[in-house]
Amino acid sequence: MTSRELLSPSGQDVVFVLVGLVVLGAAVLCVTTRQLVHAALWLVVALGGLAVQYLLLTAEFVAWVQVLIYLGSVVVLLLFGLMLTKAPIGPSPDADSGNRPVALAVALAAAALLVTLVIDAFRTAWIDLDTPHGTAEQVGDSLFRTWVLPFEALSVLLLAALIGAIVVSRVRSRAGGDR
Amino acid sequence: MHLVYPAVLAVLLFCVGLYGVLARRNAVLVLMSVELMLAAVSLNLVAFDVWLRDATHAGQVFTLFLIALSAAEIGIGLAIVLLVHRARGTVAIDELRALREPRAPQRETE
Amino acid sequence: MNTTTAAVLVPLLPLAAAALILLTGRSAPGYVRPLAVLPTLAAAALAVLVAVRQGGDDPIDAATRLTPTGGIPVQLALHLDGFAVLVAVLVAVVATCVQLYSIGYMADDPRYASYAALVSLFTAAMLLVVYADDLIVLLVGWEVMGICSYFLVGHYWETPAARAASLKAFLVTKLGDVPFLLGILALATDVGTFRISTIVTRLTSSLSDHQLDHPTLIALLLLAGVAGKSAQFPLHTWLPGAMAGPTPVSALIHAATMVAAGVYFIARLLPVFAASAAALTVLAVVAALTLLGSALAALAQDDIKRVLAYSTIGQLGYMTGALAVADRDAAVFHLLTHGAFKALLFLGAGVLIHTAGTGSLRALSRMDGLRRRAADAYWTMAIGLLALAAVPPFAGFFSKEAVLTAAEHTALGDTHGAPAVAGWLVLVAGLLAAPLTAAYAARLFLLAFYGPADTRPDPVPAAEGTNPVMTATLWVLALPSLLLGLSYPWLDDWWDGGGLGPQLTTSVLAVAAALTGLLAAWAAWRRAWSDPAPALLGPLRAPAAAGFHLDALYTAAVVRPTLAGARLVRFLDRAVIETYVRGAAAAPGRLGALARRAQTGNVQTYLSAVVAGALVLGVAAVLVAAGE
Repeated sequence: MTSRELLSPSGQDVVFVLVGLVVLGAAVLCVTTRQLVHAALWLVVALGGLAVQYLLLTAEFVAWVQVLIYLGSVVVLLLFGLMLTKAPIGPSPDADSGNRPVALAVALAAAALLVTLVIDAFRTAWIDLDTPHGTAEQVGDSLFRTWVLPFEALSVLLLAALIGAIVVSRVRSRAGGDR
Repeated sequence: MHLVYPAVLAVLLFCVGLYGVLARRNAVLVLMSVELMLAAVSLNLVAFDVWLRDATHAGQVFTLFLIALSAAEIGIGLAIVLLVHRARGTVAIDELRALREPRAPQRETE
Repeated sequence: MNTTTAAVLVPLLPLAAAALILLTGRSAPGYVRPLAVLPTLAAAALAVLVAVRQGGDDPIDAATRLTPTGGIPVQLALHLDGFAVLVAVLVAVVATCVQLYSIGYMADDPRYASYAALVSLFTAAMLLVVYADDLIVLLVGWEVMGICSYFLVGHYWETPAARAASLKAFLVTKLGDVPFLLGILALATDVGTFRISTIVTRLTSSLSDHQLDHPTLIALLLLAGVAGKSAQFPLHTWLPGAMAGPTPVSALIHAATMVAAGVYFIARLLPVFAASAAALTVLAVVAALTLLGSALAALAQDDIKRVLAYSTIGQLGYMTGALAVADRDAAVFHLLTHGAFKALLFLGAGVLIHTAGTGSLRALSRMDGLRRRAADAYWTMAIGLLALAAVPPFAGFFSKEAVLTAAEHTALGDTHGAPAVAGWLVLVAGLLAAPLTAAYAARLFLLAFYGPADTRPDPVPAAEGTNPVMTATLWVLALPSLLLGLSYPWLDDWWDGGGLGPQLTTSVLAVAAALTGLLAAWAAWRRAWSDPAPALLGPLRAPAAAGFHLDALYTAAVVRPTLAGARLVRFLDRAVIETYVRGAAAAPGRLGALARRAQTGNVQTYLSAVVAGALVLGVAAVLVAAGE
């Protein structure tokens, strides 16, 4: 809260913008690269950058969870998915569909609209980062006091997803699938 | 820190994910783009939670939930993709057109 | 059983028989014959019983109101006077004879069950008309007869002629029935009741002094229905065509039921008609035209049944003539005798057709031995034709004599009520038609049965022998044809008592005319042993054979414009209206085809469209918010 001017950034702002550029660049590479495995790796970079952003926003618990779950498991899952669907190693020319120009137009229009709106709406909003707001203690406190019921419900949902994934994978193989 | 920074980053990340969903051909890549969109939403939640100094940490808790949900989603999604791959031999979503209108529609008998 | 109960049973028995036959005819064909004959026979016996009980005394009235009908009440009412009971006897007896005869005649017909049921229903309807005292109840019977005649004339619906004839019979009689219905409603509104007896009492009683507001209009409307049913000019054209039905049906329709209904109806409502001199004059003109035209046409016909059909029209002309001079005794007397001898003639003709396999007089005149093979038909038809030709002492002579006497009285102004001009018309036409009638009767008889052997080279086809029931029926009917005329002194007591006995002047004239006709026909036939019609009719023969081209006239005046109108409507429907309909279907179809092309099956396209739409909505929302 040392400065309230847009053009007088603090150190955190600078770091945030730099890491943000990395995240954005990694994301763009992730959705444009012709090498499928590279796409997954660029995703790792983008998500890891996001974890840094969380840390900058003093949400350290979320940041570690992001690293653990996203980087540790989701990306591994995606890599397994690529492997199991026999994705080619090396550039594949048909990674993008014919819908690409439309997609580009829609994405750019959405970006323009949303960026305009967001900047217009939050011009004068500042985040106070001097006191941390997302330590493990704080978040854990809230999680197991206020949000304990949704948390338990979520465990059921995860169980259901687990069983669902197994069932979806099994039915075919028992019915005489090709594997 | 200015709130616009994370907000604009989230918007751009979301639009990149949107582009990926709309433009990618491989179903696994589409799932990755969906992850990008979810991550953008997570960033938004965290940024606004910190900005608002919410006593219950609703935004961050929601982010946690979102991460769990996306894990579940990616598990189910990959299972489906694998199934499609096994059944059709391809995961190119513009080739999965079983629901399209037939080329030579029969006009009077419908 | 009191008289009223018996009278109620008379129409109900054939009705129940018809219902039973229709219900069980298919499953139990063995019961059809007893079911057809016995109820009708019982009805005939009951009708005789009712007639004897009534005995020409004061009329018996019975009425019950089934349900409130609002306005003028409609009642299930009976009115048994001398006319009703005697006509009912005639109807029931003729119907019984027809049913008996049909057992033999229709023995091999696959649709005998439905035929018998319809004949029973027809009989029931006619008996209802005869006994009914309520105009609406009468109308019910009247219309049931119409539909039954449609079915019966079209009994052989495999042939196009029968289909056309049945449709024609139905449409032409309906053409008369529409004004008839209007007339009934107008009459009831005028008098304030549907009860015939009440209407007659109000109109004839000197105490009430009730006058109809529009007597001519009502009478002419009713007359149209009567002309349709009783086959009077110009609505008579359905009747010769109705010969396409089975012969017993012709006997039933022409002798006792349908055609008699019109005459009987006027007889019941004579005071209504007598209230309008104009209506009586119209009736007289119709009768005169019918008499002369039908007699000429009958002389020129080749088919034996068509000869009889035209003769029926002519005899009905005598009846309407009698009504035109306001003498219903004579009309109903002729109705009774004609019913007897015409039924006899038709059934006899049926035997001839059955034996010879054809109804054409030209073919019959070339057949040898018909007299021997159909001896019963020969003798009974001789009686019937003599009655038809009004030769004393056969039945037709006395009844026709009564008609002519009544006409003469009116013409000379002896009676009040009917205009003298009507009397003259009927008298002259009746006397002119008498020799023609005798001539065609003689022609039919001579051509069918007589002639030297060398002019009759063809043998009679070897058909199976005539059913004894059929010939017995002929003799049963021959009896009244022979004797009914002599009963006029008693009939006087049953009816109005106007005197039905023959008078010297008209008797001499009529007998002379009849004998002239007979002799002329015989002479013309004797000269070349051939059809006397060309010699007698001369240039009139061709138009007479075609029914004076009245059908052609109707075709030009009614049928063609109707068909042209129908074609126009069809064209408008197909070319104009249907275009809109097709367009209304095709336009959404094309739009749908366009919408279809968006269904590519590509999820990314769909999602792009959804997101683009959401963007448009978002921009719109922002712009709206910014504008406020």
